[in-house]
Amino acid sequence: MIYAGLDVGSRTIKMVTFDSVVREAKVVAAGVNPLQLCRELLENKEYSRLVVTGYGRHLVASALGGDIVSEIKAFAIGARYLFPECRSVIDIGGQDCKVILLTEEGGVGKFEMNDRCAAGTGRFLEIMAGTLETSVADIGDLALSASRTISINSLCTVFAESEVISLIARGEEPGAIALAIHEAIATRIRTMVLRVGIKEKIVFAGGGSYNRCLARLLEQKLGKQLIIPESPQTVGALGAALLAGECKTGN
Amino acid sequence: MADENVEMWEKLGIDIEKHNALLNRLGPAYQEIFLSRENRPEGMGFYDFVVGDIHGIRVKELRAHAAKGGKVVATYCVFVPEEIVWAAGGIPVGLCAGAQFSIPMAEPILSRNTCALIKSSLGFKLGLVCPYVQASHLIVGETTCDGKKKMFEILNEYHPVYVMEVPNKKSERSQELWLGEVRAFKDVIEDLTGNKITADSLAEAIDSVNARRRALQRLYNLRKASPAPISGRDALLVTQVSFYDDVKRNTQMINALCDELDERVASGQGIAPEGTARILVSGCPQAIPNWKLHQVIESAGAVVVGEETCTGTRFFSELVPSVDSNLDKQIEAVANRYMNIHCACFTPNEERLDDIVRLARECKVDGIIHYNLQFCHTYATEAAQVEKRLEKEGLPLLRIETDYSDEDTGQIKNRVEAFLEMVKP
Repeated sequence: MIYAGLDVGSRTIKMVTFDSVVREAKVVAAGVNPLQLCRELLENKEYSRLVVTGYGRHLVASALGGDIVSEIKAFAIGARYLFPECRSVIDIGGQDCKVILLTEEGGVGKFEMNDRCAAGTGRFLEIMAGTLETSVADIGDLALSASRTISINSLCTVFAESEVISLIARGEEPGAIALAIHEAIATRIRTMVLRVGIKEKIVFAGGGSYNRCLARLLEQKLGKQLIIPESPQTVGALGAALLAGECKTGN
Repeated sequence: MADENVEMWEKLGIDIEKHNALLNRLGPAYQEIFLSRENRPEGMGFYDFVVGDIHGIRVKELRAHAAKGGKVVATYCVFVPEEIVWAAGGIPVGLCAGAQFSIPMAEPILSRNTCALIKSSLGFKLGLVCPYVQASHLIVGETTCDGKKKMFEILNEYHPVYVMEVPNKKSERSQELWLGEVRAFKDVIEDLTGNKITADSLAEAIDSVNARRRALQRLYNLRKASPAPISGRDALLVTQVSFYDDVKRNTQMINALCDELDERVASGQGIAPEGTARILVSGCPQAIPNWKLHQVIESAGAVVVGEETCTGTRFFSELVPSVDSNLDKQIEAVANRYMNIHCACFTPNEERLDDIVRLARECKVDGIIHYNLQFCHTYATEAAQVEKRLEKEGLPLLRIETDYSDEDTGQIKNRVEAFLEMVKP
């Protein structure tokens, strides 16, 4: 039996099919018609059950006939499957970031999520990368090239951008500015981690974990090692597919 | 009837065009959150009717009262002792301060970092979109938070305002100060109405307000049943309407609703199946038409079985004890009753933590959602104590900080759904 999981996020849509192993894992950019993209992703695929997570879960699940699960639970389950010793998950996605503490049995014990603002999210990095004339894929390496350390104070995407612009106008090197941006995000994630009370082993998932600078800074600030999965963006979709197999969802 | 309303609103100085836009927004929201749901108690029919004509029928009653020389006293907070107003032949009305609609009207004046409730309150006056504000002869404010306190100074430039000083501690000196405030309030109301408050009139007012409190307590006790006989949205609406409806009529309506719920409980009929996650909401007031959080929680498949808020238990859990027919003693009893509201404006405020734990156990909840209006610093800071205490008691807690806008509904849904999965796997 094949089970399908979809994670309909704000920046990307992830799909995983699973029987006893992961059969397929895919990531596509989310456009203005997530439902159509999901239909295409599942086209000609045979699966016995679908579970959907992510911001578009209600829309997609009701249109394609699936169950829903929150991203929190989906990430917890996916991370635990990949790393059975996992007790915490840090996820930096496009529109939100979350820190999840798992119980010994693998259930969700406690979690923190950013609220409405984009601080500490992939979107924040993307906007800052644009201001520094680089891309979200390269901004981490740019930060690692910094020859000195400066700081930015604002984490509001709008105000941080004006702060970055004034740093540029001051003649600051782009690498140092990029590093300051990463520092600010890592500090914010650290606050969430302290609220939740994280335990090892810690899985760092979501698109944000591709960023080497962010991973390094987080490890420094937390004083702990992070495990980054091979396919960090599809952990939530994997969790959804696993739930489809277990016939066990929140709803 | 609609034309009659428009004529009345014009006389009250309402900005008709904006006001239409407000009502046009309220209608579809009410349809979605209330009318479209099945299995609601028949007793909610009265509340649907009242909200369906939210700025009509009750305002008309207030106008008729004013035409006979009666006074209307508007309030924002459960600390203003309504017994005093009733006893002087006035009518108190709790103003709604729960609409996103009026917020932009206050934003040119108020600081951006001001809570939605304060912005909404001032916006209703500045935008001339609330007939209750317009029909009132006096607005009574209080000092339960710094933002409101200073907002009242601005509001006073547009409407007569009187502010009561609510103390910040529960000490004897504070009790003394508050008693003085209640006495002074009595003088203000007597001057406004031209009526002297007597031991008899105050005793009657105490009785009728207590009767409504008992009716609301009865409703809350019924919600403890499993399965819960009424949704949190409907129960919240009953309390919200109680702030501005006639006290005697509303008491009857609540009791009639409770009679019906008695039968539901006896036959095991619930609004959701047994085993549905049960949630206690605790924190800031949810003034009408603020149904945002309840809508998210109950759409996610849980049922709200209690509110430890100003639009919940803080409004009715304490009665004024009956005392001899001696006006001084009565005023003291009234004052003492209000000092027993466990608002976060007090320091320390351990009693609120006890209330939350007690209610959580009594209502057999699976979890507590702490509701915080963004920029409400007293509740936001006290939430840390709530969190510590609930962790000690082994009660799961989710903290939500938000305002009246819809922009973060997606995020809130996400967190609420994850919380429900966690507490009710």
